Amino acid sequence: MTRAAVAALLSHWRRSPLQLFTLLAGLALATALWSGVQAINAEARASYDAAAATLGEAQFDQLLPTAGTIPQATYIALRRAGWLVSPVVEGRLGGVRIVGLDPLTAPGGLGPVRLGDGGDVAGFVSDAGQIYARPEVLAQLAETGAALIASPDLAPGTAITDIGTAQRLLDMPGQITRLIVAQTQPLRQKPLADVAPTLTRRSAQGGSDLAKLTDSFHLNLTAFGALSFAVGIFIVHGAIGLAFEQRRPVVRTLRALGMPLRGLIWLMALELLGFALLAGAIGVGLGYLIAAALLPDVAATLRGLYGADVSGTLVLRPVWALTGLAISVGGTAVAAAGAFWQLARMPLLAAAQPRAWAMQSGRGGRGQAVVALGLLGLAGILAVVGSGLVAGFALLAAMLIGAALALPLVLDRALALGQHFARGVTAQWFWADTRQQLPGLSLALAALLLAMAANVGVSTMVSSFRLTFTGFLDQRLASELYLSTTDAAQTKALLAYVTPKVEAVLPLMQYDTTLAGFPAEIFAARDHRTYRENWRFLQAVPGVWDALQRQQGVLINEQLSRRAALSIGDMLTVAPGTTLPVIGIYGDYGNPVGQAILTEPLFHRLFPTVAATRFGLRLPPADVPALTAALTDDFGLPPGQIINQTAIKAFSLDVFERTFTVTAALNVLTLAVAGFAILMSLLTLAALRLPQLAPVWALGMTRGMLGRVELLRAVLLATLTSVLALPLGLANAWVLLARVNVAAFGWQLPMFLFPLAYAQLIGFALLAAVLAALWPAIRLARTPPAALLGVFSNER
Amino acid sequence: MLLTVRDITKTYAGAEGAVAVLRGVSLDLDAGQTLALTGESGSGKSTLLHLIGGLDAPDSGQITVDGVALAGLDDAGRAALRRGKVGVVFQQFNLIPSLTVAANIAFQARLAGAHDPAWAADLAGRMGLTAHLAKYPEQLSGGQQQRVAIARTLCARPKLVLADEPTGNLDEGTANTVLALMLGLVAETGAGLLMVTHSERLAGLMQRRLHLTSGQVA
Repeated sequence: MTRAAVAALLSHWRRSPLQLFTLLAGLALATALWSGVQAINAEARASYDAAAATLGEAQFDQLLPTAGTIPQATYIALRRAGWLVSPVVEGRLGGVRIVGLDPLTAPGGLGPVRLGDGGDVAGFVSDAGQIYARPEVLAQLAETGAALIASPDLAPGTAITDIGTAQRLLDMPGQITRLIVAQTQPLRQKPLADVAPTLTRRSAQGGSDLAKLTDSFHLNLTAFGALSFAVGIFIVHGAIGLAFEQRRPVVRTLRALGMPLRGLIWLMALELLGFALLAGAIGVGLGYLIAAALLPDVAATLRGLYGADVSGTLVLRPVWALTGLAISVGGTAVAAAGAFWQLARMPLLAAAQPRAWAMQSGRGGRGQAVVALGLLGLAGILAVVGSGLVAGFALLAAMLIGAALALPLVLDRALALGQHFARGVTAQWFWADTRQQLPGLSLALAALLLAMAANVGVSTMVSSFRLTFTGFLDQRLASELYLSTTDAAQTKALLAYVTPKVEAVLPLMQYDTTLAGFPAEIFAARDHRTYRENWRFLQAVPGVWDALQRQQGVLINEQLSRRAALSIGDMLTVAPGTTLPVIGIYGDYGNPVGQAILTEPLFHRLFPTVAATRFGLRLPPADVPALTAALTDDFGLPPGQIINQTAIKAFSLDVFERTFTVTAALNVLTLAVAGFAILMSLLTLAALRLPQLAPVWALGMTRGMLGRVELLRAVLLATLTSVLALPLGLANAWVLLARVNVAAFGWQLPMFLFPLAYAQLIGFALLAAVLAALWPAIRLARTPPAALLGVFSNER
Repeated sequence: MLLTVRDITKTYAGAEGAVAVLRGVSLDLDAGQTLALTGESGSGKSTLLHLIGGLDAPDSGQITVDGVALAGLDDAGRAALRRGKVGVVFQQFNLIPSLTVAANIAFQARLAGAHDPAWAADLAGRMGLTAHLAKYPEQLSGGQQQRVAIARTLCARPKLVLADEPTGNLDEGTANTVLALMLGLVAETGAGLLMVTHSERLAGLMQRRLHLTSGQVA
């Protein structure tokens, strides 16, 4: 019995290969986009964890120098004073981050070799030394003289070696960049301020800094993946619903012949499980390809925006593949739940004729309207009172799902309006017939709406970010050249050398501290026209720069203003005993921490130990190449200590171009999925439409005209959907910029509009609709009269 | 002569090879005449009706409707013929579900550019549809839907009305009422009527009768 029932059920797919293709392709696409994004996220998180594990910032406190490096003598003094600290030397060699550890003092778990676990400690600390890194990193370190040992689990772009080897490679004899503080310390030890007053203690971070910093970026990627998955599941839902509807006669017959309903449901569930696993496997494969293609650009974006080194090579993780299959099965279950529910409740003697599922007007229209209004209302409430990242994404979800549910109702009203004003008989039929097609196309149109809204939203956000950030770079990177020094002697010599050659030397001094209870950095600003002419404030008192120079206040960035709820005029303690009013708040895009700016004399008075090791130089742009050459050739400053402003800007813009590449690729993929949904819906409807079109043809409309009308219908519906998608996308962008961004980064980006880009997007959407409708329209125009006559012949 | 059919043949490809559905059928019909086309299932009645209506093309032979030879018409020409000169009443009504009863009645006439609102209203009144003009087809009974289909056909004032089992889906009482209305209105407009039917009783109501057996006139 079971075999016969399976054969009867599977025969449907043999006779409807297009439907089977729709189901498998929709599911595979949904899984591909979702698992592709998850693969990128998993790879990035693995890189962050590996980076965090390198120096154990998550587990151990660290001692950091206020400026420059830590003399080895300070380390020895601390050890003698009872401090269980381990030295670290860090620096860059040919683009590789070199980390030198001391395996004899490093707290447990740090470093590639450890005492007591059988590692080659002797080889590690030998004069020649050993370097552990990923194979691709080792390839860049051929000439070091040390033994190179491949270790694929280490952080990307990082090489770990003994501290002595690192000091040799980085030319930092006797210097240490930080000290790791063991978790267990002796009860009696001298206070840090007495032994090493120039060091500050930073607490363990409790998690990867980079993971926290980049959470928003990954959340955005995840949202994109989830949206694409939802669009794909829309297609699957449509295909499954139609297939179940068309198999109602078979189900009735099988039940009438003695097959129990429960058994039938199990068979159909197993059938779908098989499809879900097959499509899931295809989707995981496609997802791997998508992730592999996008990862280099994502890695470049993360490196540029957050300084996060992420491997550009994808590792196939079994957990990820299994998750992909699980999401495929889960998505199928969600998409099929309604169909199974209806099947379970179907009486044995229910009408066996398919109810033209795709055609039936939405009987649940009222319920759908209520849910849509409820969700849009919830979105409105969240927009007014919600705060935080979760509320931001809940707002996005409520808004997008509410809009998708409301779409068929809004389109129906718009088409009714068109029908009302139509004059010719063909026009009247066109509008009325289009209304009738709406239920069958609404899933595909909702997919298009979501894809377009996501496109508009993310593109507006990224483009606004780019526009703001490039303006911000012009403002903040006003100096033509930036130099850095390694010690006081080099600083003194450099200033003496360079000062006569330039218009101004602007020292850049920074002190890391806590302001209003939040981690922050304090900068010093010299009284110079560079700042007065270039800096723009979000809010400021009149004559803000004069007030700053009179030491009558402090400038803070937007992040600190938002986190500490500080407004103009509020008092801020910048150092023990020094409290100043906030006189200006400036935008500080891309900076994750709070920031304050004091005038240079006040900064010196409050933080006398901080010496400037970075300098901005003002000079005519034309003189930059000559001065750069003089600094390297004449003064002997290593090129790594000279940064050209145009190079920084070019680098930053390059990062954005890479970000755009990722965004554009995801945009194209989601639009393609929506286009595919339209194509499949139209092809599915084409077969069901014949009984409706045959009489119109018989009454005197040519097949060519019917085909043209089908094409026009797709363009009309895509146009209406696009028009609705635009405000939804802009609302989407507003939520991303004003809510999600503020919650994730602490600053709000101004929102810019890009009408040309939107027009282009609508053009693409219409093109997708035309391409999707072309084949069904041509098929209709070429339908043999015999097929149309079949409609009348089948009546008997 | 309103309709001339000469030596029509039509063959379809079936599962077991070519099947000759019509084998040299000829007939004539004058304006104002009614003709019943009877025969067993598969005798070729509906195929002949479709060929006359320009819905399909014969393999050989000639069909002329109101002086227009169908053989010389392309797809657009046949569509124009269906709009202007021929009206078809189907067994399953084949109304347009997205349009109201009023719009359905006027549909073909408007396609043909011959819509006469007064005539449409008159037809609706005589078909007992005036109270239903704003409804949609799904809201009507089978008999009412067939009356709409007949009104739609006659509204365009076709020269030739082709009816394919127009009462096949109706009970006897409703069928009698619908047929009486159709015959009365066809006679009033002076059109020719060719009706396919299985019913001896209905065939007896026509002026002439033609019986098909295995694709040939018996």
